[in-house]
Amino acid sequence: MDLAPNQLLRLVQLGQTDAALRSQAIWECVSCQTCTTRCPKEVDCAGVMDALRETSLAHGMGAPAQQPVVSFQKAFLDNIRRNGRLNELELIARFKADVLFRTGRLAFLFKDASLAPQLGKRKKLHLLPEKARDRKVVERIFARCSNQADQ
Amino acid sequence: MNIGYYPGCALHGSSNDYEQSLRACLGALDVQLQEVKDWICCGATAAHSLNHKLSLALPARNLALAERDGFQQLFAPCPLCSMQLLKVQKAVKENGLREELSQIIEADVRGDGQVLNLIQLFERVGLDRLKAAVKEPLKSVTAACYYGCLLTRPPDVVHFDDFEQPRSMEAVLAVLGAKTVDWSYKTECCGAGMTMASEGTVLELAHKILSNAADHGANCLVVACPMCHVNLDMKQAAVERRYGKKLDMVIYYLSDLVGLALGLSGEQLGVNRHFVTKA
Repeated sequence: MDLAPNQLLRLVQLGQTDAALRSQAIWECVSCQTCTTRCPKEVDCAGVMDALRETSLAHGMGAPAQQPVVSFQKAFLDNIRRNGRLNELELIARFKADVLFRTGRLAFLFKDASLAPQLGKRKKLHLLPEKARDRKVVERIFARCSNQADQ
Repeated sequence: MNIGYYPGCALHGSSNDYEQSLRACLGALDVQLQEVKDWICCGATAAHSLNHKLSLALPARNLALAERDGFQQLFAPCPLCSMQLLKVQKAVKENGLREELSQIIEADVRGDGQVLNLIQLFERVGLDRLKAAVKEPLKSVTAACYYGCLLTRPPDVVHFDDFEQPRSMEAVLAVLGAKTVDWSYKTECCGAGMTMASEGTVLELAHKILSNAADHGANCLVVACPMCHVNLDMKQAAVERRYGKKLDMVIYYLSDLVGLALGLSGEQLGVNRHFVTKA
């Protein structure tokens, strides 16, 4: 991480939000909640991380080196919006295509491809995944919660 | 015992071995899981990372559906799903968001009722009852109990066990006749949903967790989370390649070990569908 959670908070306190919003750290964060749990001042640091990510995307300031993480999260939400429940194969295809388009890293397309037959053998791949019945409601929930980060 | 069941996407996707394990194990304990009808994805890490309001609205819809179906207790075997449901309850009861969320999700959400993780479900069954039902004590098991992040964190949302030194999983294993080890990584993170987006992060964290468990004498590791299982089991071969060492650490869901102690077979529980299996 280029910045630790306490450093990110200090930047925000000092009004240097641009540095925080452009940091790699906010996208490297795995949301383990350790910082929130151990903060001696009871700051919800992980919640601040979430807010920084949301704001960073809304202003188009996501760190380029962390593009795969941004692409993954966006593809995930788009998947839920359309299906109501996660369609894993579609998510992977969409994610890989997006990273290829944005970074030109062709090798990324085939990374982990060898896992597919292994997952198939273990009956862990669903070629006809289920969808939620009330997908129109899901669409409306998304519309009511829409923010600039969706764009 | 009838319990509302929110499987979440993972258990109906590539973590379907976890669902198989739960259904076999809990069936043997006469716990009937009743799936919440028309449930939707909770939005997971993507929602709370990119859209705060959505990260409350999606699980709020599920909570409202469970309330509509009359479930006083809702079992969510994925700790992220479970934590997000509890976060909504807190938002509804303490932060006055009931009306706003109910409007967004087109259903009334009250936020009462209990959300249970897998360990709490076994506690609800009763450890005494569990002990009496054990047919095959797990004498050869020396387990590292791995809690990961969200079973105990954030504590003011989940209110479960000691968040630095949890012992609840060890208590379950003790009645099964298994030994457990003291080790250093039981509440460290495995990288969670970064499996695809940032593989290096996951491999580094998984390597530390698996190595520490082995160094402390564990012959297997126990989880109660689908993502922990993916990162420690499915990605274990990649960890071995990257760090040039053999680990051969079998990763069980907690329900696998309970089921085995109850006399169920590995095939019934889906243990044979894991990536790392006992030689």
